[in-house]
Amino acid sequence: MAAVTTLLTTEGLSRYFGGLRAVDDVSFSLQEGEIRAIIGPNGAGKTTFVSLICGRVLPTSGRIAFGGREISGLPAFKRVGLGIAYTFQITSIFSNLTVFDNVALAVQNAMRRNGSGVRFDEREMTRRVGDALDRVGLSERFDTKAGTLSYGHQRLLEVAMGLALKPKLLILDEPTQGLSDAEIAGFCDLVRDIARDATVLLIEHNMDVVMDLAGRITVMNNGAILSEGTPDEIRADEAVQRAYLGT
Amino acid sequence: MSAGDTMAAHGATRRGLFDKALLLHLAVLAVLFGLQFVIGEYQHLSLARVMVLATYAVGYNILFGYTGLLSLGHAMFFAAGLYGAGIGASQFGLGVQESFIAGVFSGLVLSTVIGLIALRTTGVAFMIVTMMFAQACYLLTLYFGEYTRGDEGIVLKGDIRQMVMFGYPFDLTSPVVRYNIAFGLLAVCVLICLALVRSPTGRVLVAIRENEERAGMLGYDTFRTKLFALVVSGTMSAAAGAAYALLFAYVGASFASIQYSILPLLWVLLGGIGTVLGPVVGTLLMFYLVDYASEYTSAYMLVVGVALLILVVWFPKGLLGTLRERVIAWLP
Amino acid sequence: MDFGPYLFLAVLEGTVTAAVLALTALGLSLVFGVMRIVNVAHGEFFMLGAVLAWWFSSMVSGSPAIGFLVAIVMAPLVVGAIAVLCERTVLKRINYDPEATIVATIGILYIIQQLALTFYGADARPVQAPVNFRVVFPWFGYSGYKLVVIAASAVLLLATWFVLTRTRFGLIMRATQFDSETAQAFAIPVDRVYAVVFAIGAMLAATAAVLIVPIQQAHYLMGGDPLLLSFIVVIIGGLGSIFGTVVAAIIIGISDGVISVFFTPTLAKILATLLVALVLVLRPQGLFGKTPR
Repeated sequence: MAAVTTLLTTEGLSRYFGGLRAVDDVSFSLQEGEIRAIIGPNGAGKTTFVSLICGRVLPTSGRIAFGGREISGLPAFKRVGLGIAYTFQITSIFSNLTVFDNVALAVQNAMRRNGSGVRFDEREMTRRVGDALDRVGLSERFDTKAGTLSYGHQRLLEVAMGLALKPKLLILDEPTQGLSDAEIAGFCDLVRDIARDATVLLIEHNMDVVMDLAGRITVMNNGAILSEGTPDEIRADEAVQRAYLGT
Repeated sequence: MSAGDTMAAHGATRRGLFDKALLLHLAVLAVLFGLQFVIGEYQHLSLARVMVLATYAVGYNILFGYTGLLSLGHAMFFAAGLYGAGIGASQFGLGVQESFIAGVFSGLVLSTVIGLIALRTTGVAFMIVTMMFAQACYLLTLYFGEYTRGDEGIVLKGDIRQMVMFGYPFDLTSPVVRYNIAFGLLAVCVLICLALVRSPTGRVLVAIRENEERAGMLGYDTFRTKLFALVVSGTMSAAAGAAYALLFAYVGASFASIQYSILPLLWVLLGGIGTVLGPVVGTLLMFYLVDYASEYTSAYMLVVGVALLILVVWFPKGLLGTLRERVIAWLP
Repeated sequence: MDFGPYLFLAVLEGTVTAAVLALTALGLSLVFGVMRIVNVAHGEFFMLGAVLAWWFSSMVSGSPAIGFLVAIVMAPLVVGAIAVLCERTVLKRINYDPEATIVATIGILYIIQQLALTFYGADARPVQAPVNFRVVFPWFGYSGYKLVVIAASAVLLLATWFVLTRTRFGLIMRATQFDSETAQAFAIPVDRVYAVVFAIGAMLAATAAVLIVPIQQAHYLMGGDPLLLSFIVVIIGGLGSIFGTVVAAIIIGISDGVISVFFTPTLAKILATLLVALVLVLRPQGLFGKTPR
């Protein structure tokens, strides 16, 4: 078995909004290559927690380290440069641009980051956009205005943009919300495929998806980590059942 | 692999032997060049003016149309070029080319400084902040009337009306020379704008206009990109200002007033925001409309007010924007 | 004259400026507070008030007091009607979009200004003061009308304060300002509130102009300064607060006078515009919504 390396750690991470402790003293760590799910009731602080990781929200206190490097004070765009990609919970695409341009923006950044030379290789970019769209099954629609796609397709476009960034860590915030059952099945295959060369952190409400995909699960409640373990351990955990599963 | 090839075939990459967008722009420029052989002397002069002002509008559009930042203070950049060149020529005895460079450089410096401050705001605050800075610059031209001669302005004369380029002498009082210099400036700026908006950077500018937070989450430093757009836009506006001073031999405070911040906005709105040729079309139409109105009334700015209202309320995409939406989707 | 009396005179003059400025700025502040829009044409409503005051008072023959009374009633009413027209035909159509509204009100600014130039002309014309007496202080005599301006403006500010805080209409306005969608849900006719607020804003500016026009003549370009000064007052005094607006108007009114004495008026204006810009840049929670992180 290969040596396990830690990709991400947080130490005493907190974020208060006025009197509300959205995230309260969370210490968390993530191994390279895993698929981790974060579950918890609404308002548990899941989205705020991942927003702290990707830099959309700055912490009130605490530290975040990514790949052994302290990133607590880095602006979001620099964290993307280090390999953290975030797909929005509320779909946030460029509605007036084509599907192609949406993904091209992500590819362009990944290519620039890898220092692909002085001249920008447009053919290489087109190939990579095609790859990303192929993986989510949207390549037929490359010329469509993104805003006119169905909701499910917009979610997939979000994922394609995340993928095209070639991240080390891909954060998916409720990716299956609003997808049909057939689309969900395809999506689970896609996440497993992504996990072959990236670490996946997934916020998800659909317990079937969570149990199917996640290697480990972190349960959050009231801004803190309630429990953590394998799907079987979480299923057996009484505290989790009381707080969340409702049995 | 195959998906990428399909897209390339469909022109998603917009390159190829037959680049119709580039050909269209070259054709429009060729028509502008050719016009000088059919029009009269008076038209030479007014078209030269239009082309210099259109350069200003093209520069304005890079910030407003593509990056989505509405400045109400671009007159300060135009005036930076105008005064940089005019004072360089009249006070420091610089030659024509050196004065032009002085003007462009003034615009570069001013837009960098203003950008570093004003880009900390967005939306309405950005509009008001740029308007206030421009107003302060206008008042400065009056305050330093000793050098700028305020409202009365500076008339350039003597040696500064002659220049030597590539070993040939050019007489800036000649309408033909002025027409072709103005044309050259516009052509260069239109092609720069076209190259910029079709480049990866151009795509990022549009992304910032459409959804700034998302652009940041795709790894782009949006502040730096906006600063870049503002500096390119301000410097191009200054180049237009410098050319205006040198070609038409007059530098006055009225070019720094709020009116000259509103005009490029109007030209761009009329021609079509976020189109490369829109500003040229808008400037051309509005120039002649205002010119025509001013023959009949001293209240010719009424035309500007009415046009602004009509465009904002009923016609926000402008001429070429509407054309792109209805007929030619590939128009950059 | 000694320094003491000189300062007293400067303060008196400053108070006159402040009184008129407070009314004008309150109009701008009200419109921004309730409708969340910046009305760049506000100064033109001021100018229109002054020009109409000349027109109405010149139509009435006899004592200047009657002419002035007609003007101070009619000019704001006409300006209010014009404001409602602008609001219905333009601002409502662009759905009060903040950026489009600025561009549209710039259009309105030019239209009003240029129509004034066309029909009123480029001359500055005076309106006779309704009263003509001098108050004699131990050191100098002072125009009684200027004191009347201060008193009238104080009364109008109090009246506005009363309407906003003590009447049903004031309550409706504050509800709309607080949250227009919820207000709509509570059957408040937000649409009509907007029209009325826009009219009141313009009428306050017009009233201020009628008060000042016997001191300062009516001219088609006179709208620029009140607009700039109102901006400064609103940005410093905070929004929706009558108290803040009045305090800021007094500070700006008096310091404008003092700065103009010690420096040139141009330098005073340069400092004022830079002040507005810097306040907008430096306030972390700016007046116009969030600044980027």
